[in-house]
Amino acid sequence: MSQQLSGQNQMTGSVNTPTHVQGVGSQTADDMSRSFAFTTKLEALAAWGRKNALWPLPYGTACCGIELMSVMGPKYDLARFGAEVVRFSPRQADLLLVAGTITEKMAPILVRIYEQMLEPKYVLSMGACASSGGFYRAYHVLQGCDKVIPVDVYVPGCPPTPEAVLDGIMLLQKMIATNQPRPWRDNWKNPYDKA
Amino acid sequence: MTKLEDLKKHLATQFDISKFKMAHVVGDDVMEINKTDLVPVLTFLRQSGRFDFLMDICGVDYPQRAKRFDVVYHLFSSHDSSRLRIKVQVSEGEPVDSVIRIWRGADWFEREAYDMFGIPFQGHPNLRKLLTHHQFVGHPLRKDYEADRQQSCNDVLPIHFDHEENQRGDVLNENLIPLNIGPSHPAMHGTLRVMVELDGETIVRANCEIGFLHRCFEKMAETHPYNQVIPYTDRLNYCSAPSNNVGYCKTVEKLLNIEIPPRAQAMRVVLMELSRIIDHIISVGTGGLDLGALTGFFHLFTYREKVYNLFEKLCGARLTVSMTRIGGMAQDAPEGWFDEVLGFCKEMRAGVDEITKLLLDNKIFIKRTQGVCPVKANEAIDWGYTGPLLRASGVNLDLRKAAPYYGYDGLDFDVPVGTNGDVYDRYLVRIEEMKQSIRIIEQVCKKIPGGDFSVRDRGIALPEKKDVYGNIEGLMNHFMLVIKGLRPQMGETYDATEAPNGELGFYLISDGSANPYRLKVRPPCFAIYQSYPHVVRGAMLADAIATVASMNVIAGELDR
Repeated sequence: MSQQLSGQNQMTGSVNTPTHVQGVGSQTADDMSRSFAFTTKLEALAAWGRKNALWPLPYGTACCGIELMSVMGPKYDLARFGAEVVRFSPRQADLLLVAGTITEKMAPILVRIYEQMLEPKYVLSMGACASSGGFYRAYHVLQGCDKVIPVDVYVPGCPPTPEAVLDGIMLLQKMIATNQPRPWRDNWKNPYDKA
Repeated sequence: MTKLEDLKKHLATQFDISKFKMAHVVGDDVMEINKTDLVPVLTFLRQSGRFDFLMDICGVDYPQRAKRFDVVYHLFSSHDSSRLRIKVQVSEGEPVDSVIRIWRGADWFEREAYDMFGIPFQGHPNLRKLLTHHQFVGHPLRKDYEADRQQSCNDVLPIHFDHEENQRGDVLNENLIPLNIGPSHPAMHGTLRVMVELDGETIVRANCEIGFLHRCFEKMAETHPYNQVIPYTDRLNYCSAPSNNVGYCKTVEKLLNIEIPPRAQAMRVVLMELSRIIDHIISVGTGGLDLGALTGFFHLFTYREKVYNLFEKLCGARLTVSMTRIGGMAQDAPEGWFDEVLGFCKEMRAGVDEITKLLLDNKIFIKRTQGVCPVKANEAIDWGYTGPLLRASGVNLDLRKAAPYYGYDGLDFDVPVGTNGDVYDRYLVRIEEMKQSIRIIEQVCKKIPGGDFSVRDRGIALPEKKDVYGNIEGLMNHFMLVIKGLRPQMGETYDATEAPNGELGFYLISDGSANPYRLKVRPPCFAIYQSYPHVVRGAMLADAIATVASMNVIAGELDR
């Protein structure tokens, strides 16, 4: 995320610089500070847009997937938070909602889905199973999806109530708005890479 | 004459029955035979029409025994609802003959037993792992495999098919287009993977891979006390969690030989029928969703939320209620709850009528579903279909009528039966079943029996909280039951209920300890889904999506 945003800084900077360069030379320092302020605001604008237009990929594997339907459904209505455009293609989504138990058989597929998503991307782990394996301390269950992909928000519960999921989404929106550093994500390596 | 004596007479016409050990134990007819007799006996029982359904095949591990494994077959007759359990003993690595030629539906059940116990089935054309990862080493349900020994697997199987007489499954046809659908795919409901070979848009070969949600339910049941297994059963068919709770508790109660009080029975019936309604809501709603009809899903979910509210009032949980206990219910219903259920029934009745107009009378829906991938009655029986899908194919079998429990025989309701067995008939049956469930709930709620909600045997049910905190005897009983655990006598039993998807069976073995020795679930959609590659063969790709939706495959109970 931080890499991505710094890339964007450079980009907006390069758009702005020519106008300042063309201006009066003695005012450069002043203009620079102004342009800085402008890019910060642009960043905030982008973050505002991002947080209010999340496109989730509902990776519902089990019971939590059914509660996720309730979150999307008429009563709880995720659309109120700007996240109703559900995409099953990872290339069109920026929020991976891991809802349900991830087994050893499913884990390589989950990693593949995560890798196919474009930046900036976020992961919300819904429920006890996705967060820690839950009460399945068993031979075929991955003990939390954060063993293979980086997770931004964990929502507890088995399954969590839709209110809890909405709370998790709002927490994520706050993280996006404040551009919170996410070292777990920057240091992530694909656990299945053979190299 | 008992059914067992009748069966003995029937078998004596063909076999020397002195070789067979036959007994009537805990309400079940059991027959132990040698493995050489297995195929002749099963062939005879099927062809003579004595038993038409093969409900389940499973393994059981007894490491101390010379012949280590039991292979257990559960047969069912739809004519008189009688059941028979046939057991065959085999030692490590010793093959047992496959019965796939007698019942086509033996396919996945044998593969599962092979995967879980390493029992080889001779003559099975595709004896591969079914539930665990293909890199997984060992057989997890053997007693010497530790429940939490995890293995790291990192690979995904390439597209493959079943072997057939003149065609290898792992060799793809160069002239056809291979296509992988799922397990992460909008139409595949979570964790199903379907692989097809297409000629244009027509499916030439299909195969499904399952096990993506294999979370070791049966092993977890072996490592937890009887009452702690209940939350795990919730997560079998999570669309209708209470019906699994009831199915499991009913089995343990059968082994304990207790009858629960009338009030608990009535509460269970209400819970089961409510869960049947909400299960069909998911099935019909997402079925429409897969065909592009989004409105039906949103509309039906409103009613599902109303049932969630009722569940929340009853116990605090929305989806996974864990409301039953062995011996009855966890607590009584709050005051006025049954009246609220009656109020819901009224709303739901209007809702079902609306959804009938919205979906079943919709021209597009009819064109997409009528005549699509029909399954004939005899094929359905051969595969081991039960529940709405079997009835859509024209077989009138509903355990609530055929082998009534909890006072279903005293209730007035009809069993809808289809004629064609196509996708449309399945939805027709489901929607009619919702109406019938409303009728059942109304009858039960109007005359709900009073009295206790649980048995008061101190070795089975925990005392009420007021006794635990109020007097020393209650405290002691609570302590003893928690520390010692519920311990049924040694024995085994099979019991089945009519779950929303069909026959949900539990085969329970107790060794007298606080944990079940073995708990095998017979999930309805497991038997149904194994027929999928054959049902969609020759159909269009879009019809295959409609078919998988109509089968209502729930990964939780499919993979366990």
